[in-house]
Amino acid sequence: MILGRAFMPDATLGAPRYLSLLSPGGWSLYGLAAVVLLVVFPLLHLTVPADSVLHISDYWVTLIGKIMCYAIVALAMDLIWGYTGILSLGHGLFFALGGYAMGMYLMRSIGHEGVYQSDLPDFMVFLDWKKYPWYWSFTDHFGYAVALVVLAPGLLAFLFGFFAFRSRIKGVYFSIITQALTYAFMLLFFRNDTGFGGNNGFTDFKRILGFPITAPETRMALFVTTAAALMGFLLLGRWIVTSKLGRVLTAIRDAETRVMFSGYNPLYFKLFIWTLSAVICGIAGALYVPQVGIINPSEMSPANSIEIAIWTAVGGRGTLLGPVLGAAAVNLGKSWFTKAFPEYWLFALGLLFILVTLFLPRGLAGLWHSRKKRS
Amino acid sequence: MKRLVAALARGCLPSIVALLASSAMAAIAPQTIRDLAFGESDDKIKAIGALSAGGDPQALPLLQALLDGEVQTVGEEQVLLVQGEKATDLLTGKTVSPLPENRDDVVVNNRIRRGLGTAIAALKLSAPDRSARLAAAKELQNSAGEDTLGAITTALAKESDAEIKELLSQTQASIQLASTDRATRIAAVRTLAESSNPSTKTLLLAVLEQKGGSYVEPDAEVRGEAEKSLRAVESKLTTGDMIGRIFSGASLGSILLLAALGLAITYGLMGVINLAHGELIMVGAYATYVVQNLFRRYAPGAFDAYLICAVPMAFAAAGLVGMALERCVIRFLYGRPLETLLATWGISLILMQAVRTVFGAQNVQVENPSWMSGGFVAMTGIVLPWSRIVIIAFAALVLLLIWLLLTRTRLGLFVRAVTQNRAMASCTGVPTRRVDTLAFGLGAGVAGLAGCALSQIGNVGPDLGQSYIVDSFMVVVLGGVGQLAGTVYAALGLGIVNKLLEAWSGAVLAKIAVLVFIIFFIQKRPQGLFALKGRAMET
Repeated sequence: MILGRAFMPDATLGAPRYLSLLSPGGWSLYGLAAVVLLVVFPLLHLTVPADSVLHISDYWVTLIGKIMCYAIVALAMDLIWGYTGILSLGHGLFFALGGYAMGMYLMRSIGHEGVYQSDLPDFMVFLDWKKYPWYWSFTDHFGYAVALVVLAPGLLAFLFGFFAFRSRIKGVYFSIITQALTYAFMLLFFRNDTGFGGNNGFTDFKRILGFPITAPETRMALFVTTAAALMGFLLLGRWIVTSKLGRVLTAIRDAETRVMFSGYNPLYFKLFIWTLSAVICGIAGALYVPQVGIINPSEMSPANSIEIAIWTAVGGRGTLLGPVLGAAAVNLGKSWFTKAFPEYWLFALGLLFILVTLFLPRGLAGLWHSRKKRS
Repeated sequence: MKRLVAALARGCLPSIVALLASSAMAAIAPQTIRDLAFGESDDKIKAIGALSAGGDPQALPLLQALLDGEVQTVGEEQVLLVQGEKATDLLTGKTVSPLPENRDDVVVNNRIRRGLGTAIAALKLSAPDRSARLAAAKELQNSAGEDTLGAITTALAKESDAEIKELLSQTQASIQLASTDRATRIAAVRTLAESSNPSTKTLLLAVLEQKGGSYVEPDAEVRGEAEKSLRAVESKLTTGDMIGRIFSGASLGSILLLAALGLAITYGLMGVINLAHGELIMVGAYATYVVQNLFRRYAPGAFDAYLICAVPMAFAAAGLVGMALERCVIRFLYGRPLETLLATWGISLILMQAVRTVFGAQNVQVENPSWMSGGFVAMTGIVLPWSRIVIIAFAALVLLLIWLLLTRTRLGLFVRAVTQNRAMASCTGVPTRRVDTLAFGLGAGVAGLAGCALSQIGNVGPDLGQSYIVDSFMVVVLGGVGQLAGTVYAALGLGIVNKLLEAWSGAVLAKIAVLVFIIFFIQKRPQGLFALKGRAMET
């Protein structure tokens, strides 16, 4: 607009073609993925002996579990960026808030087994605190922690989104403000006095719901839960984007003023999808923390949030499966790269950002689509 | 030249010392020297006091030697001044050679050491050199006792320099507070009202203290005067504190201004969101580092001038990187701000890693030239560092130059024309592509200047840019797009507000409060402080 050159996005980008939830082929692919993730994978890990070729090691369980959490985040990012055209640079914050909410429960289930054998977590003993601060109350109940996982990111996103969308902050302005928000929270959580463990965050978890957290069965249960959540959110996302609501969201992305002139108030549509996206992120964070075993404020660093955007961009905005595959591809690449050439990973990531935006604006999914069209 | 001085020093110094030892020491009564060397602690202190009060200039080298452990005794008869392999008998003034084996150190305990320090300072007060006297007066201010009162009074009578005089009279008053004479105490309390030293406040508070129901100071009039003085001192301290805070706010503001000015050009005028802006700042800082190293290796004599050479180098380095970026990446993304944002983030990652590979991940050392070290003393206890003052002036200069460039040159005219209406500008023959490249290069170059300035007051490392990127975007967002004035007000305002809040709530909370404030501010004025007025509906 400043350059006097209107940007018209490709009108077909991600516009729902089918009004049915999934095509028959889609359903069978979906079922296959569900069986592999929910049945085959756990069986191969738990029942096949460790020396067998078919055995799946702990390393892969943790890695794929982690990547599925990232994939959920990328999916949430896609709903808000790919379909509604709002680039958030604060999704790392919602992810971390969900993680911290779960982490509070996990910290309290450590009980007396900390280094100082106290009722309080070690970092509070270290600060010489005598009792839990008020915002830690009830966090020893799993149900409350789960509610907090949804409420903390949800409420923050709702309030922030309400004020931002109401004054029609959009485009780059919105992105920059969300980045400032996550930066502010990072600074806040880095303080020891905030009561979330400062620099070190939460770690050394012992058990979840009474089960030891390092046991293979517990890990597998977390893995299966994450996989189920991912499959569920895929379906939810598909349901949203094929509905009338999804059509309005896409319309807001492509021409917000026209939507307004047609009698819709974009505020509530944006606010809904923004809050939902944040909640999905929070749930991903809550699933991530028990599997990885640590949460600290560096999860809120602006760099992390921007990386989420690149997973989505690599996979292809405006498609649901694309971001999931994009998150998987980038993170598998990262774990291979950081082991093989640790000093070159940032070069590779930087190049990825540039090349994808320059040459692959529709991501891997777009590549696949154009090949299908040609044949 | 240096070698000559060194040779002279090596050759002459011992002989001078020997001369002092033989002629000067003889002037000091042998009994005093005996007391110093063999006496009990009390005797030694009395001897030191006597030497100090006597104001004998020849006492200074002796006391200094005693403090440095160069005075040694042999048995009960010889007192030696031992310097390297040479020794002089202080009582007879004769050179002793070779060194006797059975030497003992003169015991100097903490109490004597304190006494020596004060006495030496008192003696230095009569030095002909002003800076030596000033240093001595400062030392005395914090450690003076009643035994130096005489020396201070003598010095005060002779002193002509206003700054030293003030210091001395403060010190004198603080000693006189312990006097038994009421009038002396009142005079002392009144003198203290002139002070702006935080330790004076403690001193006056001690006068007003209550112990076991009765005041430490028995006289009501003295207490009344003390209270008046206390209020005067406190108000001066508050003023000083405020000056310091506003200054550091202005300093932060000038840094934010430098960091945000480049962004105001690339984002405000061109609409390009450049997340690699912080890394362009870093490039400028590393360019300064390289220039510094070149000067250190090839022209150590002109080291103080390196900064003058580094300024254009930093501008050129960052500007060239910026123009290359514009040509290779950003040009293809005009009109797609969100994609630009991601691509420039990728660029910033690559630049950071490149610097890490070339210069290492550790911070590098950039030294201030000597004319930027030290500071301007605004009041006692408040020193405004020269480096920060220079940066404030530098920021103002850069601002002026950019303003001139944008409003008074052909390039500036073109930039403004392209900003307002690209198609129309192109129609009238403005080479829009070249203007884009040059304007982006200008914005990047100004970022390089910011890096050059930052290298003088902070750490230079690969992460340097990251810490400024969020702040400088906040400045541009707050100031409004397309206006330099908005950037200036926003930068200075944010800097000062940040520092004032910092004193009240701590650094992190201040930063968060400012960010929250900006988020709410945008509610009221979505286009920033100074929005361009227009009726066009945004698309």
